[in-house]
Amino acid sequence: MHNKTISELAQGLRDKAFSSVELTQHYLDRIQQFDGDLNSFITVTPELALAQARAADEQLAAGNATALTGIPLAQKDIFCTDGVRTSCGSKMLDNFIAPYSATVIEKFNSAGSVMLGKTNMDEFAMGSSNETSFYGAVKNPWDLDAVPGGSSGGSAACVAARMAPASTGTDTGGSIRQPAALCGITGLKPTYGRISRYGMIAFASSLDQAGPMTRDAKDAAIMLNTMAGFDARDSTCLDKPVPDYTANLDNSLQGLKIGLPKEYFGEGLDSGVATAIEAAIKEYEKLGATVKEISLPNTSLAVPTYYVIAPAECSSNLSRMDGVRFGYRCENPVDLEDLYKRSRGEGFGDEVKRRIMVGTYALSAGYYDAYYLKAQQIRQLISDDFKKAFEEVDVIMGPTTPEPAFNFGEKGEDPVSMYLSDIYTIAVNLAGLPGISVPAGVVNGRPAGLQIIGNYFDEARLLNVAHQYQQVTEWHQQGPARYL
Amino acid sequence: MSLEKADVEKIAHLARLQISEQDVPEYARDLSSILALVEQMGAVDTTGITPMAHPLDIAQRLRADEVTEENQREKFQAIAPATENHLFLVPKVIE
Repeated sequence: MHNKTISELAQGLRDKAFSSVELTQHYLDRIQQFDGDLNSFITVTPELALAQARAADEQLAAGNATALTGIPLAQKDIFCTDGVRTSCGSKMLDNFIAPYSATVIEKFNSAGSVMLGKTNMDEFAMGSSNETSFYGAVKNPWDLDAVPGGSSGGSAACVAARMAPASTGTDTGGSIRQPAALCGITGLKPTYGRISRYGMIAFASSLDQAGPMTRDAKDAAIMLNTMAGFDARDSTCLDKPVPDYTANLDNSLQGLKIGLPKEYFGEGLDSGVATAIEAAIKEYEKLGATVKEISLPNTSLAVPTYYVIAPAECSSNLSRMDGVRFGYRCENPVDLEDLYKRSRGEGFGDEVKRRIMVGTYALSAGYYDAYYLKAQQIRQLISDDFKKAFEEVDVIMGPTTPEPAFNFGEKGEDPVSMYLSDIYTIAVNLAGLPGISVPAGVVNGRPAGLQIIGNYFDEARLLNVAHQYQQVTEWHQQGPARYL
Repeated sequence: MSLEKADVEKIAHLARLQISEQDVPEYARDLSSILALVEQMGAVDTTGITPMAHPLDIAQRLRADEVTEENQREKFQAIAPATENHLFLVPKVIE
């Protein structure tokens, strides 16, 4: 049962091969069996899940099922869930029982899906290895010595280990695509504004975007159909019609123009990953696509630019965590300043504190122009690079990450070496474009991901391009042997 | 840009973060390393480039100024660290 995709499980539910309660119990049992080692869930919600499954079975029996009715899903612990702890991977919110649900959660509830629990993540989504979680790191199911990636590491690991058919993630600089690549699953970051951010705890508001993490592109399309759409409660969510993302999956790729940015294949790219990506490109040529070298000349500036913009926005967003209205409060504060400082000093981990301080510095009097304004100008140049590229090509392809999953502790003491692991994903967030990572190989026992970048609101094409590749290859069907 | 101990203490104060004395040198080193990365931006001439504040070129949506939410004070204050008479409690601020 657990090796099936959402579309196969939905068929099984409709054919009465199994009920949602049976399916849900099966996944809950697998979580019980395997998650002690993997640590991909912060909170498992068995009672809620079984209640939702019983309700789904009634809907199925009544013939009112949607594509997701009765399907168990794991939700990243960044989405507020009414009545359920929403920690964002932080001690600061360890005691935070959300008093309302994110729009994404409401949409899944309306679709009749089942929530298995809330997945582990880097603290406030700041990290690329899951090592910054207050709840301890998630392990990569392919190799327990390897990181699962981050920040949506728990969401990636639980799908790879077949503890959930699919999950949600959020992506500010690569946090869906990078863990998807490192755990061998499919992860889609949609265009900025495609999915409501309401109730999704904010890290960097001009970059954050939610998306599905699934076994294949078809499942990502099914999930996106439910997640996408206008929401009056998010002022940056766009009022744009939502197409049926499954409708064009079978389109031919004859004549598709693929751009390969030369900057994505240079120094620092692991040779095994490079070989996997080259093989994937060959498959696309066989499918009728044409390939062209392009240039995104400002690529090397994406990481430096991001590390001004994201910390600046996070320092502002996280100022709401002050120990007054919700979350952690220090013991016996002597005055208000002591309450703020110790609640925040004790409630936040090191990486979050570093980023708040970088952002505070970049925004402080006398430095704003040199850092924040300069970063916004370079952001424009990076965005223009993509605009120019999309005048010539339909999609851009390259590796999702420079190397397969690294080991715990491998990135050492200097935070910057970790930051550079997001070099191919970060520019996409700065521009606000959609990107998807699909499994494209296994290098020394660890998966490699192919990243496909599309033009604004071109998710349907990205999913079509990913799906066609998955029709002729089977990397997406592979998984860590222990969990199959 | 290399940050000194006093710089870190000043930034931590602005951000209302308690940093222990012994951790200051490590933060000074890490923040300096991040700022060194960021300084690569300085090599680019950005004269005349319009700053991009947001990925989508759209005007802010407005709505009518009407009450749309109900008061849920009980629910929201149930998760507060300390309340009294529907007020959030903090240490005394006025002597």
